Amino acid sequence: MKEETIYYDNVIVRNFAFATVLWGIVGMLVGIIVALQMPFPFLNFSQYLTFGRLRPLHTNAVIFAFVGNGIFMGLYYSLQRVCKTRMFSDALSKIHFWGWQGIIVAAAITLPLGLSSGKEYAELEWPIDIAITLIWVVFGLNLMGTIAKRRVHHMYVAVWFYLSYFFCGGNPSYFQLPGNPSIGFQKLFHICRSSRCLDAMVVWTQCRGIFPDHTLSRPDVLFLA
Amino acid sequence: MEIMFILIAISLAIVIFFLIAFIWAVKDGQFEDCHTPSIKILLDDQNPYKEESVK
Repeated sequence: MKEETIYYDNVIVRNFAFATVLWGIVGMLVGIIVALQMPFPFLNFSQYLTFGRLRPLHTNAVIFAFVGNGIFMGLYYSLQRVCKTRMFSDALSKIHFWGWQGIIVAAAITLPLGLSSGKEYAELEWPIDIAITLIWVVFGLNLMGTIAKRRVHHMYVAVWFYLSYFFCGGNPSYFQLPGNPSIGFQKLFHICRSSRCLDAMVVWTQCRGIFPDHTLSRPDVLFLA
Repeated sequence: MEIMFILIAISLAIVIFFLIAFIWAVKDGQFEDCHTPSIKILLDDQNPYKEESVK
């Protein structure tokens, strides 16, 4: 039996770790500001920093930026070691990381400008939704490629949870697209044009919620869902 | 409401995909031994592979 040396990609884990801490600080800082703006309304001193604009920035920052990066950090670390192989593609890892940070920055810019779709936890406008979908596909390819080239036959149970996270975690974005009349999705697929009814149907059946989807990848906090 | 046709079709496709994945997992023997892996991850020494990282 030959002895092999496995070289795990720890750079991507470190990158996601830095991002987790950074966005954790930013997101919770915005949360504190928003919390203080309630008893002290004078803190709404700029049109870009009003409660209505900062609240979705806080929720998106802590959900996608903080927790999202945290989940990716844990996933990239543990998946490699549990599959006993380096990630499928370093290039995809980098695209995933920088693409995700770009999405967060785009959210941090567009939300204080007031560009919001108004849907809870899906406030980001449709171009960012498309970006999320693309980055999610990149992540899925990397994830499934790594599982495919694993050196351990038995898939440790967490790997199944990571797969479910890929299937369920990103869905608020691409399932928002049919409900948006401005990008012609409905025309393209000859879908009924009464946008609000369509949108509600899609959201209620498919957007099972970010919180449950994030927790599905964390079986130790499943009891919260 | 016509969106329901598409939604139900998508849901059915997802269900069928999961069914195929489950049948594959059973055939592949993924559920043969579920106890050993939970212990194996706690044991560092038994790895014949050396863990190193590059870059």
